[in-house]
Amino acid sequence: MNFVKTRLAASAAFLLMGALSLSAADLKIGVKSEPSSLDPQFHVLVPNMQVTFAMFDPLVMMDPKLVPQPALAASWKATSDTVWEFSLRKDAKFSDGSPLTADDVVFTFDRIPKVPNSPTAFTLFTRQIAKVEAADAHTVRITTKQPYPLLVTDIANLPILSKAAASGPAPEGKTTVEFNRGEGLVGTGPFKFVSWQKGADLVLERNPNYWGKPAAWDKVIYRPMTNPAARAAALLSGDIDMMEDPPTTDLEQFKTNPKLSVAEAPGTRIVYIALDQKGEPSPGIPGQGNKNPLMDKRVREALSLAIDRKAIAERVMGGVAVATGDLLPEPMFGAVKARQAAPAVDTAKAKALLAEAGYPNGFQITLGTPNGRYVNDARVAQTIAAMWTRAGVKAEVAAAAPPVFFKSRDNFEYSAYLAAWGNSTGEMSTTLRSLVGTREPSKGSGTSNGGRYSNPELDALLDKASATMDDKARKELLQKADEMVLSDYGIIPVHFEVPVWALRKGLSYAARADQYTLPQDVTSAK
Amino acid sequence: MRKKDRQVPVFIINRLFQAIGVILVMSVLVFVGLYLIGDPTSMLVSPEATEIERQALRKALGLDQSIWVQYLTFLGNAVHGDFGRSFLTGQPALQLIVERMPATVELVVVAMTFSVVVGVPLGILAGLRPKAPSSKAIMTGSILGFSLPNFWIGLMLIMLFAVYLGILPASARGETVNVGPVALSILTLDGWRHLALPALTLGLAKAALIIRVTRAATREVLPMDYIKFARAKGLRPSRILNVHLLKNILIPIVTVAGLEFGQAIAFAVVTESVFSWPGMGKLLIDSIITLDRPVVVAYLVMMVFFLVILNLVIDILYMAIDPSAREKVRD
Repeated sequence: MNFVKTRLAASAAFLLMGALSLSAADLKIGVKSEPSSLDPQFHVLVPNMQVTFAMFDPLVMMDPKLVPQPALAASWKATSDTVWEFSLRKDAKFSDGSPLTADDVVFTFDRIPKVPNSPTAFTLFTRQIAKVEAADAHTVRITTKQPYPLLVTDIANLPILSKAAASGPAPEGKTTVEFNRGEGLVGTGPFKFVSWQKGADLVLERNPNYWGKPAAWDKVIYRPMTNPAARAAALLSGDIDMMEDPPTTDLEQFKTNPKLSVAEAPGTRIVYIALDQKGEPSPGIPGQGNKNPLMDKRVREALSLAIDRKAIAERVMGGVAVATGDLLPEPMFGAVKARQAAPAVDTAKAKALLAEAGYPNGFQITLGTPNGRYVNDARVAQTIAAMWTRAGVKAEVAAAAPPVFFKSRDNFEYSAYLAAWGNSTGEMSTTLRSLVGTREPSKGSGTSNGGRYSNPELDALLDKASATMDDKARKELLQKADEMVLSDYGIIPVHFEVPVWALRKGLSYAARADQYTLPQDVTSAK
Repeated sequence: MRKKDRQVPVFIINRLFQAIGVILVMSVLVFVGLYLIGDPTSMLVSPEATEIERQALRKALGLDQSIWVQYLTFLGNAVHGDFGRSFLTGQPALQLIVERMPATVELVVVAMTFSVVVGVPLGILAGLRPKAPSSKAIMTGSILGFSLPNFWIGLMLIMLFAVYLGILPASARGETVNVGPVALSILTLDGWRHLALPALTLGLAKAALIIRVTRAATREVLPMDYIKFARAKGLRPSRILNVHLLKNILIPIVTVAGLEFGQAIAFAVVTESVFSWPGMGKLLIDSIITLDRPVVVAYLVMMVFFLVILNLVIDILYMAIDPSAREKVRD
């Protein structure tokens, strides 16, 4: 075995030297999935966004910890409850050399609703916007329909296009098909487009006209490699310099391998258990007549207490998860400090609570989970089911392929299910509104609330928070709302998934909480 | 002779009608199957989208109609060669598949050539001298060849050639040369280096199968009277081998190689995903996962059509090789 290891190390070192001397400033990234399109306004999806943000800048850019930072907008202020002014950088230029003006920004916002066939349209981020206009050449004025404190985090998802390059005869200007061919891909970002062969390499090169610090790489290649073992092999062999999501089983080895380094970001994707609280009876709990034990808060607390979150994070997740009792990690807006640490497992107390609630012998329950949507999802669910069974609640796991799972969840066929929620705003309100807000899909409330938890007090708090422009006051409202749900055990947080990258030694990555792989944030220690 | 000329086209037309029948049945099954699995919008749309946004998407994709209306719309368009647009990328489904096709075809052609070139001689060798240690070694090797799982062989080859020895790359197509609209790796040295491992992975199992078929056929043909007669006539062993033996064992080999070729084209997906080979198989799997129905249906329609044509070609080859097959068609 030692021989093999030495051999591996020696050949890897040889390869790395070769790679370094041949192409000192190329970066090859093995990505999980290629973008569905290069049109920056086609699909709100991580593989698309991360490629877009290498070529385009938004007005405001989220930093790796999801705190908004000035990008194309040097500064901004709210001039009234509904009107915002953004002053553009005067030195920002597009990759074709033309300067950025307010007209480009207006054009960008104008095109968003016109893009046809979009699977998830960018109107998701503009639905609160009433009007975007150019106050002067370098000032953009945005008017919202009502007081809307999240405008800045919303527009951080909107890359700014060049009006001259992206105009065209179609209603939306350059069409999605034209963008996919590379036409109109003129942005202000650190890289510019070279070529894209679908299913294979997407190649970018350094943008000489970039306004910020020039990127470290002459050329960047994104290579879609869906199979995690294949990505790992390609990294070990020096085929690629960086990979997304190394398999959790290999992670320990990767960390100790002297030829590799691992980058971890703070996780924002919360894995949680939703419990059916709609009414009685519940479909996955047989033998209780017309009763739904989950309506009793003591039962929900018992189910939460029975879970050994730390053991799951360490053993099932291989350390790439942070066990928690909250829905959002601490530095982020609206998280509650006292809830961050995972509650300790207490099977005895769980049993006592169940007995007190009238279930001394427990009951049967089916725990639904997707298989292959989140990291180790089905294995986490199986572990939780075993822990519940130990506390007296005989749990069985129903694992299904993701589309089947979502269908069952949307038909409310589960009494309890495991799912995850990725927060892209760094702000508690979107999480609470979607996961535990009363289900009113037309309002955008409770869109992922399959347990149908409903608490009018909470809804009122959220409504108040979303109209409160003062950050401090809003934060307090959100923390109060968060605390309200958690102490009611309306939803059971389990852990945050930690996004992980593996790189060859000598490279480091400012790992991002939103899971984007951005080549401009990969640096090489010289 | 004149009679045969009339017969063959009828036989081809029959086959094409069969193909259309199979395609119809298959498309209904795939349509209903994917419909039962779930709602594609639940995979596409961001979880933050409101119900109004989801409805708008369903409407745009035509998913608000009943399944039968959707199917008939699809059928109507398909007759005109329009298989719809991918839900995920918004591009015509057929175009997505055709773009990926050259990579797969190239990989499979190289793999099958390898398996025939290696498999037939080794199979004949093992068949001629079944008791020799070399023959036993060949047969044991072939058992390994087709019983080891494809992805495992692929990963082992990567570990050996890419990670330990570092002489071959582990992923992608390498440098390609455009011949018309088609990009090919086989025209560059770099392309061949990238092609080597995936083609070997795919070809090994196929070669193992061909070895076994060839050996069995050889063993069957050797005791035949015409071989004995040829030997008695004093013909050179090389002539007996190349003419009398080879001609007679070709039919099972062509059958197996042809079917395996079709199988590999349609479902080279494991090899493709291990080596990140940008072929069609990966597209199919990704599309099934995202419930991208237009792509899945278009892909399967194309493959059914392709397999039927392939079988037709095999039948025509039979007639070229085997006079008795010609007789059968005539009757």
